[in-house]
Amino acid sequence: MTTRYTKDHEYIRVEGDAGIVGISDYAQGQLGDVVFVELPSVGKTLSKGDEAAVVESVKAASEVYAPVSGEVVEVNSELEASPGTVNEDPAGRGWFMKIRLTNESELDGLMTEEQYGEFVKSIS
Amino acid sequence: MAEPAHSDEPLLKTPLHAEHVALGARMVPFAGYDMPVQYPTGILTEHNWTREHAGLFDVSHMGQAFLAAEDKSHETVAKALEALIPADVVNLKPNQQRYSQLLADDGGILDDLMVTRVGAPGHEGWLYLVVNASMKEQDYAHIQARLPKGVSLNRKDELGLMALQGPSAEAVMAKLSPEAAALSFMMSADVQIDGIWCHVSRSGYTGEDGFEISCKGEDAAKLWRALLADPEVKAIGLGARDSLRLEAGLCLYGHDIDTTTSPIEAGLIWSIQKRRREEGGFPGAARVQREIKDGAARVRVGIRPEGRAPAREGSVITTPDGREVGIVTSGGFGPTVNGPVAMGYVAKDVSAVGTDLHLIVRGKPLPAKVAAMPFAPHRYKR
Repeated sequence: MTTRYTKDHEYIRVEGDAGIVGISDYAQGQLGDVVFVELPSVGKTLSKGDEAAVVESVKAASEVYAPVSGEVVEVNSELEASPGTVNEDPAGRGWFMKIRLTNESELDGLMTEEQYGEFVKSIS
Repeated sequence: MAEPAHSDEPLLKTPLHAEHVALGARMVPFAGYDMPVQYPTGILTEHNWTREHAGLFDVSHMGQAFLAAEDKSHETVAKALEALIPADVVNLKPNQQRYSQLLADDGGILDDLMVTRVGAPGHEGWLYLVVNASMKEQDYAHIQARLPKGVSLNRKDELGLMALQGPSAEAVMAKLSPEAAALSFMMSADVQIDGIWCHVSRSGYTGEDGFEISCKGEDAAKLWRALLADPEVKAIGLGARDSLRLEAGLCLYGHDIDTTTSPIEAGLIWSIQKRRREEGGFPGAARVQREIKDGAARVRVGIRPEGRAPAREGSVITTPDGREVGIVTSGGFGPTVNGPVAMGYVAKDVSAVGTDLHLIVRGKPLPAKVAAMPFAPHRYKR
C-alpha cells in the first residue's frame, strides 16, 4: 500500500490495481467546512488531471482532479448526506472515489508522504 | 462590502487587527483591508453561534463620516443629502437611523448606506453616515462634489465599528449599557461602556436583533474585549457575515446591487418613504417613479435550489425549457436553512414565489424554485 500526493492536494492510496482518492488534511483545512460534494459516476473514465469531483465549502467551490488515469469503480456516496466527513476524516471515511489505474507509472510523478509534507511546509 | 483590493497594494488594518491575529483568525484581503474571514472554529460554527447566541463582528473597515450644516439646521443637512439619496431624511427623528442608497442620475445604485440623524446635544444639523468599505473613496468624492455651500463632509477614518448580533445581544448589552439595550430597531444613543464613549444603534446586517457600536479607534480593542468577555459572545468573521446576510435576504453591494440595478429592481422600495416616492427630487427619480408605477422589467428574487448543490454568483438562470431569464448575484450554503440558497435577478414574468427555474451549475441545469426572502426569519427588535 502506497500513498501519493499531487500538488493540488489530492491523495491516492493504492492497493493492488486500484487507488482510493481524496483530499489531504491540509486541503480540507484550507477549504473550511465542506457543505457539498459532487462525485463522478461509477464507470467514468478519467485521464490524469481531469476534473473528477467538486467540493464546496460555505465560501466557494473547488475542483478535485484525477491524480492518475483510470476508471471510477466506486464512489463514497456517504458524502452526499454527510459532506462534513471530508473535514473530520479526510484520509479515512472522507474519501471520494476509487479509481482502477490504467497506467501505474503515473504514480512515479506524484509526491510521497514525506515530499508532500515538505511541499505543504513550503507553501504555508 | 464588495471586491477585494488589488493584491499589490499594502493592506490597511482596522484598530482590531491585533485582536483577530491573537484569536487565530485566518486573515484575507477585503476591500483593501486585512480582515478575518474566519476564526479557528470555522464559518458553520460561527454562523450558527450568531443565530443561537451572539456574534461580534469587526466592521471598522466600513466608512464612517459626518455631514454637518454650518447653520446647525437639520433641514439644511437633510435636504443636502436628500438630493443624493431617495430616503426621507428631513423627517428623521433625532437618533433615528435609515437604510438608503446613493443613486446615479440614471437610477443605478452607487452604494448603499446607513444614515442617522445625530441626537447628541451640540450636534444639531449633523448626520452620521456609514458606507461600504470598498466604495468609501468614491462615495466621499461623489458626496463632496455635490454638497451645497454651508454643508461639509467630515470623514472619520479613525473610528472603530463593531456589530454585536444574535438573540443574546440584548442581554449582553444590558449588562454593559442598559440604555443601549433599551433601544428599539433603527434607533441609536450615545452611551458609556466601561468608561468608553460609544455611539450604539439597534441595527445590523445578519437578520438578527443586535447593535452596531462605533467608538474611537484607540478604545476599540478594550471595547471588543469587554464584549467578548461575555460567554455568550464569540468573534465572527466575514465568511459567516456573508452567509448570515444572504439567509437574511440582504443585498451585498457590488454583487446584488450596483450601478446597473435600480432600488426598485432590487426590491428596496421599502427604503423609499412615501413623500420621496411622490415628490422625487433625487437622482434617477424618473426611473424609480416609472418602475414603481409600471413595475421593473426584472426583479431580485430569492431562489432555493432543489438539491444540495449550491449555485454561486454568476450562475445563469433559465426557465425549465431553457429560456435564459436571469443571473444569480449571491449564492451559497445557508447553514440555518441547512441547504443551498441564492438570490438573483429574473424577468418579471418568472418572479412569482414558487416558479420553477433552472440554475446552470457547471454546465448542468439544476432545478430550483423562486422562494420568499428572508430565508431565515428576521428577528429585529421593533
